[in-house]
Amino acid sequence: MRNVRLLTAPFDPNAEIDPFARAHPEAGAIASFVGKVRPGGGVEALELSHYPPLTLPGMETLADEAMRRWPLMGVLLLHRTGLLYPGEPIVMVAAVSSHRRAAFEATDFVMDHLKSDSWFWKREQVGGQWRWIEPRGEDHADLKRWQA
Amino acid sequence: MLKLVFLGRLEDLAGVGEMLVPLDGGQTLSGVLAGLPGDLAAALQGPKVKLAQNGALLPPGAEPVLADGDELAFLPPVSGG
Repeated sequence: MRNVRLLTAPFDPNAEIDPFARAHPEAGAIASFVGKVRPGGGVEALELSHYPPLTLPGMETLADEAMRRWPLMGVLLLHRTGLLYPGEPIVMVAAVSSHRRAAFEATDFVMDHLKSDSWFWKREQVGGQWRWIEPRGEDHADLKRWQA
Repeated sequence: MLKLVFLGRLEDLAGVGEMLVPLDGGQTLSGVLAGLPGDLAAALQGPKVKLAQNGALLPPGAEPVLADGDELAFLPPVSGG
């Protein structure tokens, strides 16, 4: 089962993982990751923009690539756009397999690609001022882990 | 007319997310850029800015042939999920 969605409103990761897990009674392992707007650091809000013709198709291709590289039964990939506040989930990735290693690695792979190779632009509000977030070097380094 | 779409910080620079421009500068990218404010045109030609024509990513350095009704998107480096 491949469940890939772009969300414009807040979501509850617990409400997502339960039906996803139930849909895979054959699973031996389910790994999941939730990325949130980091509280603290003075960030008041985050805004994620995207380009519809590329963003969701890119997420679908990424999920397919994970399913091609690892023996997975399913991938869940959810990503927010729009205005978000500290503590809110931005992204959720889960992978189902027979054994833990494939589930862990596929989840990590999808996250690394979302961080630096997906069509999202992010800006944050600090002290009432908006500023764009630049690509980070470590995100690109993370991506290289998978290019062996 | 041609629809230009500006993503990320390019939207701030342009002041709008989308802009309709006439194709009277010819069907080339340079003709379109010539009709825009100089600082915006320069930013759109930045080395890290990618282009998509009608939702399809163009290879670096491509010189697209533009047609009436086309959508041309300018995509600066992404900043991740």
